[in-house]
Amino acid sequence: MARTEQLRSAPRAARINLSTGVWESVRIALESLRSNKLRTFLTMLGIIIGVWSVVSLISIGNGAQQAITAQVEGIGTNLLYIVPGAQQGGPGAPSTSSELTLDDVEAMRRSVPEAEYVTPMFQGSAKIDGGDISQDVQVTGVQAEYSIVRNLKVARGQFITEDMDAGARNVAVLGGGISEDIFGSSDPIGQSVRLNGQSMKVVGVLEKTGGLSNEDAAVYVPLNTGYKSLFGGRATTAASYRVSNILMQARTSEAIDLAQEKTEQLMRRRHKLDDSGKDDDFTVFSQASLLSTFNTVTTTLTVFLGAIAGISLFVGGIGVMNIMLVSVTERTKEIGLRKAVGAKRRDILRQFLIEALVMSIMGGLIGLLLGYGTASLVGFLFSEYITPVVTLGAVMLAVGFSAAVGLFFGIYPALRAARLNPIQALRYE
Amino acid sequence: MALIELHDLTKTYKMGDVEVHALQGVSLTINEGELVAIMGPSGSGKSTLMNIIGCLDQPTGGQYLLDGVDVGALNDNQLAEIRNQKLGFVFQQYMLLQRRSALRNVELPTLYGDGRNRRERAEAALKMVGMGERMHHKPNELSGGQQQRVAIARALVSNPRIVLADEPTGALDTRTGEEIMNIFTRLNAEQGITVILVTHEPDIAAYARRIIHVRDGKIGLDERNEKVTRPAHAPETVSAS
Repeated sequence: MARTEQLRSAPRAARINLSTGVWESVRIALESLRSNKLRTFLTMLGIIIGVWSVVSLISIGNGAQQAITAQVEGIGTNLLYIVPGAQQGGPGAPSTSSELTLDDVEAMRRSVPEAEYVTPMFQGSAKIDGGDISQDVQVTGVQAEYSIVRNLKVARGQFITEDMDAGARNVAVLGGGISEDIFGSSDPIGQSVRLNGQSMKVVGVLEKTGGLSNEDAAVYVPLNTGYKSLFGGRATTAASYRVSNILMQARTSEAIDLAQEKTEQLMRRRHKLDDSGKDDDFTVFSQASLLSTFNTVTTTLTVFLGAIAGISLFVGGIGVMNIMLVSVTERTKEIGLRKAVGAKRRDILRQFLIEALVMSIMGGLIGLLLGYGTASLVGFLFSEYITPVVTLGAVMLAVGFSAAVGLFFGIYPALRAARLNPIQALRYE
Repeated sequence: MALIELHDLTKTYKMGDVEVHALQGVSLTINEGELVAIMGPSGSGKSTLMNIIGCLDQPTGGQYLLDGVDVGALNDNQLAEIRNQKLGFVFQQYMLLQRRSALRNVELPTLYGDGRNRRERAEAALKMVGMGERMHHKPNELSGGQQQRVAIARALVSNPRIVLADEPTGALDTRTGEEIMNIFTRLNAEQGITVILVTHEPDIAAYARRIIHVRDGKIGLDERNEKVTRPAHAPETVSAS
């Protein structure tokens, strides 16, 4: 039966034709989109703006997160902070009055074996005079170990030594920025600055860090020097010296939790809180908790902004669907003709689906370029603070999402086109 | 040899609650190589008959054998394949895609079937209807007669057994209409393609050797046309290459 054979062989020819069919559909789609340039552009605009905002917001958010993480991790490793006062609101919330002293530091050194280093700091402000500069700065009194714990990088000279601290010598270590402000390109080592009128010899300068940190503007003096000649009476108590906060570096990352626990017990004991059943009047928090707090904030922000951008992408998808429905109606006769000359439902379905996809993916790619551009611009303008990170994930999310939007909102119009009755479609006016 | 066999064909539409009996028992045989005109007033059922013969629609009752295949038993996809491979359509309003050239219009059926040598076949079909010189023109750069020639080339590109022409000269003036009819006559005579014309104009039907009159959903008169209109002059398009 030659006739039935002919019929059966047809699907094979159609299968061979599939790739040409896809290419042809893309070609038809481009033709049709070109013939209505303004309409196509306005429809794509919804997708463009959606992807644009998704990509730029997510990459800026990622950049912010990385900047903060780098900042926090740059402070040192395996750190615990002991600060006075109970802090319900997490780091940075106002503390209730209480104090930490050098005696607390000594007690920790004795009773917390998990701690590699325990080092105190006292922060005060002073007027600095040097070169043409005269301004108020934050002066931090520290011990020698501080630079190890904080992972400070000395560019020139040396950091404060134990001898300098023991002798309460009038020396200072300057941040990279303030050193440049005062001394310009000349070598600051051996020169003097005045702190509250007191002459201090510069023994070291830190590397310039840039970014969000205030390390560049820091001025360090030996702790005992500070007590003796800078910080005045508010730094002393009846029996000891006050400290602003205490930094503890655990021996290993596994030891952090135990060190934190022991420190808390020790401090409760020392402050006699267990006897009276009072709440803590100090706070111990770890670098990890600090980081996770920041990360929670930035992640929430990124997700929130991304979700808003996602909504605009969704709205863009509705625009695609709207225009595709118009397009199907406008081209009813064409669909009828195509069916008359042998187009099957799946051919018509594919044609309109590809048209929706082409429109949304093109919009997605344009949006991606704009988003990348925006992220780069932000990185260029605010290079000191943030380097936006356009991750592959964000790119795939944006392009995948816009393709999915095209598919989702294109399927209904395409199905409507595919289901048209050829006779009615040919007669449609 | 019978190419089209209709046995007691019926077609009933539902228009709301009313049943419309568009075809009420049509039996008909059309042999390969015939040039047939189907005539009838509007509402006679000739459009329905043409849609069924063209595999755009399926009968409610009776049997339709096209080239030995029972069309009533085919699904949508199989119908589309038959339309693609065995049938060519020519419409009153040409139905060309405005944004593409004559050539690409003619290629259209090959996108849905055999795509081999698409370009060459489309060019050959255009030359056959005397449009070899203008195949890169778009429809709006062509006259009505030229557009209809392109439409005929599109119907021919898949090498169909049957060309179905629905009022092919309805939108053309008399002289251009004659040229179009000459093409159909020539295709029928020279290539043996079965041509079925649907028309309500006796002048056009006169080109056919056989005229079938449809009235009230039935075959009224199936007559042999003794005075077939011959091409007034040998069409210059025959030798065009």
